Formats: sequence, structure tokens, C-alpha cells
Amino acid sequence: MSRLLFFIPLAIFLVLAGYFWVGLGKDPHEIPSVLIDQPVPAFDLPPVEGRDRGLASADLRGEVSLLNVFGSWCVACVVEHPFLMEIKADGLVPIHGIDWREKDRTAGPAWLARRGNPYTLIGDDPDSRAAIGLGVTGAPETFIIDRNGVIRYKHVGPITPENWETQLWPIIRALQRG
Amino acid sequence: MADHPRAATRLSALYAMPPNLVIASAAGAWRSRLAGKDGLIRRRLRLLAMTLIVALVLAVGAATGARAVQPGETLADPALEGRAREISKELRCLVCQNQSIDDSDAELAHDLRILVRERVAAGDSNGEVVNYVVSRYGDFVLLRPPFKAATYALWLGPAVILVIGLVAVAVYYRRRGAGRSGPETLTESERRRLAGLMEDEAS
Repeated sequence: MSRLLFFIPLAIFLVLAGYFWVGLGKDPHEIPSVLIDQPVPAFDLPPVEGRDRGLASADLRGEVSLLNVFGSWCVACVVEHPFLMEIKADGLVPIHGIDWREKDRTAGPAWLARRGNPYTLIGDDPDSRAAIGLGVTGAPETFIIDRNGVIRYKHVGPITPENWETQLWPIIRALQRG
Repeated sequence: MADHPRAATRLSALYAMPPNLVIASAAGAWRSRLAGKDGLIRRRLRLLAMTLIVALVLAVGAATGARAVQPGETLADPALEGRAREISKELRCLVCQNQSIDDSDAELAHDLRILVRERVAAGDSNGEVVNYVVSRYGDFVLLRPPFKAATYALWLGPAVILVIGLVAVAVYYRRRGAGRSGPETLTESERRRLAGLMEDEAS
């Protein structure tokens, strides 16, 4: 019995080491969203310069869609952009955009005019109203919204062919079939 | 200036200083110019005084903390502004994570400060404002984790470990004490055995 007591410190060490191994390996920027399976928070954003329709939370009902938060100042959005264009070209799922924190109303549209526009509807969110409502911490972030306007998944960082195949597309396909 | 190397280095040091410090050291330099070629000791004393001023200014700066809140952001009503500051200090900046939104220069922190002030001005209680932000970003946004089932280990862990340690220490000393409080005199058979051993030794 008393010999077993000698192993208690080792056991404690192993448990702590296990926690640290898992905890320190996590990316602190991947904050789990509390909005999963919640309806999209209400917002009604004006259009960006040169468009006559903005984006409201009510527009996200009726079909499965992606809601992508981007900005012309955002470097990772440039990385993601060609893949969004592919998704649009293949007609896989409509993508709506929130043009976040543009200092200048023309910056977002100019960025899209230069690179191409993958978005069906775009809302202008210069003071983070919708972004804070959605719990956005950086750009790009992408939400998968189901037919009823409920958030089903949140992806932080650029969409790449890899995470599209393994994470996003299976969820979208299941929602589109369901 | 050019023939005075120390003046040149002093000047280059000014760029990184806050304005009030610049004024203080400029005044010091001006006075030493007026005094002309005074003794080395007096110059040393002046250097010491200036060092003290620098230390004082830095200490005061550190104590008040560099505020990220911009003048244009604040509410006119000092009571409401005070509440907004109180709330802001409890909310984590999601970009720079170890700062509160009150301290952070990040743009998202700026927008969150505005939001907090709007809600406070609209009549929300402190709890309502915090709950709104938590409903969007989760408990992670709170710099002080809440006391609930998921965080019991966090809050109670140290106390539990302390209690375990105290119990272990108590058990250890009691056992050692029990070992000592055994019979202090030899029993009859022990005495006889000891006598036998001593005899063997002597012979």
C-alpha cells in the first residue's frame, strides 16, 4: 500500500503533463463560437458603394449559404479569395459577404472589382456592428447558415481546398440534402 | 551643441520621451548652460536629480497606465463613463487576448468600447452589457472566468491542493510523533539481553 503511494506524484505529473500537452498545442485564436445552432443575430447592413442592395440577417433564410467576413485590408482574405471564386463558378453554395471595417466606402468595392466578386449579397459593416453580433474576432471568418437562418458552423481563417474538402463541404452537402 | 558630445546624446534621447519629460530635461539643460563651467560634483548632482525625475515620470506613467481610450470615445456623463470604463476593464480584447478592451489599441477593441458606451447610455445595467458580449463571444471574453461547473477545478483547485498538502503534512507528523511516543524504558527481557551483550563485549 505504502509502496503505491510513491506513484502518486508520478500519476499527478502524468495528468498535468497530459493537460499541458493538449492545452499548449491549441491555437489560442480558435475561440469556440457560442453561436453554433443559434439563429443569425439580427443585422441590417447597408450596401457597399455602387450597389443598391445590402445584406440583412433575413436574407440568409431560404437556402443553405455561406456568410464570409472579409475586408480589403485583410491579407488572409487575398489568400482565400481565388478559392471563393471557384466555389462561385461551380455553383456549390451562395456566398454572402460582410465587408468589415473599411475606412473608406470605396475600398471594398475596388478590391472586389480588381479581384472578382464571389459574393451574392454584400453588406457594409464599417463599425463592426454585425461583426460583433456574430462574435467575429478577425477576418476572414466564414459561417455556414442553414435554410432556417441558423448558424451551423464557424470557420476561422482562410478557406483552403483542404479544409473545404474535410470540414466545410461535408457539412454544407449534408444540410443541402437534409 | 556640436562641441558638446553629451548634449548631442541627450538630444537624441528626447525623441522617445513623453512631452512632460522633455520639458523637464530641457529645463535642466538650460540651467546647466547658465551655470557655465561649474564643478564636476554639481554636474553629477544634476544628473542624479534628472535621473530621479525620469524615474518619477516613468513610475507615474506606469501607475496610471497608458490608456487606449480615445478622447472622442468618452461619454459626457462622468457616471456613465465610469461605468463604461469598469465594464471595459473586465472584457478581453479578442485580438490581443491578454489585454482588456480598455487597454487595447486594436480596432475591434475600439468598436467594442463604443458598443459598451452605447449600451450604457441606452440604460443597460453593467450585467446586461457584459451578458450581451458574452452571448456573442462566450466566457472567453471575460478576463475573470465565471464560477460555474466548467470552472470549478480552476477556482477550487488551488484550495483543494492546499488541503491535500495540509492533510499530508498532518499525517506525516502524527506518524512520526507516534513512533517517538513508544516506551522509553527498556522492558525486562530487553534489559537482560542488553546486559548479556555488554558482558560479551567486555570479555
